[in-house]
Amino acid sequence: MTRWLMWLLGGVVLGGIVHLGTILLLPSAATRDAYSRLSPMARVNSVVPIPEPAPEGAPLPFMDPAFAVAVCRYDLSTGPLKLSAPVSQAYTSVSFYARDGVAYYAINDRAAGRRAIELDLMTVQQHNDTPEEEDVTAADRLIVESPSITGLIVLRALAPEPGLMSKAREALAAAQCRIQGS
Amino acid sequence: MRLLIGSLLAFLIAAATGLGATWFTLTRGTAFGAVTIGAWTAWPRTGTPGIDPYARAANARSGAVPVGAGDGVAFVASADDANKRFDGRCDTVLRGTTPAARFWTLTLYDPDGRLIANSAGRYGFTSQEIVRQADGSFEIVVAPRARPGNWLPTGGAERYVLVLRLYDTPVGAATRAGKEAQMPSIAVRSCS
Repeated sequence: MTRWLMWLLGGVVLGGIVHLGTILLLPSAATRDAYSRLSPMARVNSVVPIPEPAPEGAPLPFMDPAFAVAVCRYDLSTGPLKLSAPVSQAYTSVSFYARDGVAYYAINDRAAGRRAIELDLMTVQQHNDTPEEEDVTAADRLIVESPSITGLIVLRALAPEPGLMSKAREALAAAQCRIQGS
Repeated sequence: MRLLIGSLLAFLIAAATGLGATWFTLTRGTAFGAVTIGAWTAWPRTGTPGIDPYARAANARSGAVPVGAGDGVAFVASADDANKRFDGRCDTVLRGTTPAARFWTLTLYDPDGRLIANSAGRYGFTSQEIVRQADGSFEIVVAPRARPGNWLPTGGAERYVLVLRLYDTPVGAATRAGKEAQMPSIAVRSCS
């Protein structure tokens, strides 16, 4: 009897390990995460508008229908990325997601404090390789470090009422992301 | 023989409990660090690198992207203040004010995060669209059929969730319910 109980207990303990293992490994094995869902419609290192969510379907679940959305699917393997997004009338934000979906940075138009959100995205390694003087002369440049080589930048512009959606889309259409020096 | 059967049993239990627990937590949601105000719950840490592994796995599975902490915070409700689950065939009334934020939006989704088709083509409100009372408070009626004032159609769906997103807001992981953050009250009323 006790022997069976031991097997039972062993099974439950092993189950706990299986549970934690699957939870931790799932993000790296997921084939239907946001990055994978957007990959077919988003070219690498360019800003691509994303269709608005509708009852018939949406690119991602739980999208806010009051926002115009564009994404830049980035790949930093050939160098740092420059992002510029003009600020729309109401509210504009730029959020950064690592390849595993972690939101590591987000900034809105007011925090950027200008008429455009402008920043440089680079890996930690690329940041370390940046010459010191360049860092100083460009002190007002906003530098964001990406924890992964690839990832997603999501640009959102609010349309406070449905009639302003085209304006919000226009604002995002002027946004750019490109590899520096190319 | 006993060893074989015993280890088989152990592995079976391991697979069942382990994968079952994973499935359960991913579909039901058990993210840590929740901020609960009335019927509303937010997980501000999911928008930061400090996201817990469960929320990360749930997002990887659903494809949802969390609202970044520098952008805003999303409050979700699936039941009213008396813990009565939302039913799209009932009238549900939201009343009150929202915490300080430059903008907010209220959106109605099915439990999987899809918009629900309705004749009015309305899926939510923004803070600018809402009709308010003189004191700045508002009332939104979530109902299957048209109502005067701020009407948010349910499309008659049996189940739905409401997501209230605050943009550019001081509300975050350190926020506690009370004077600093008052969320609208929710009451499920008559059902048709």
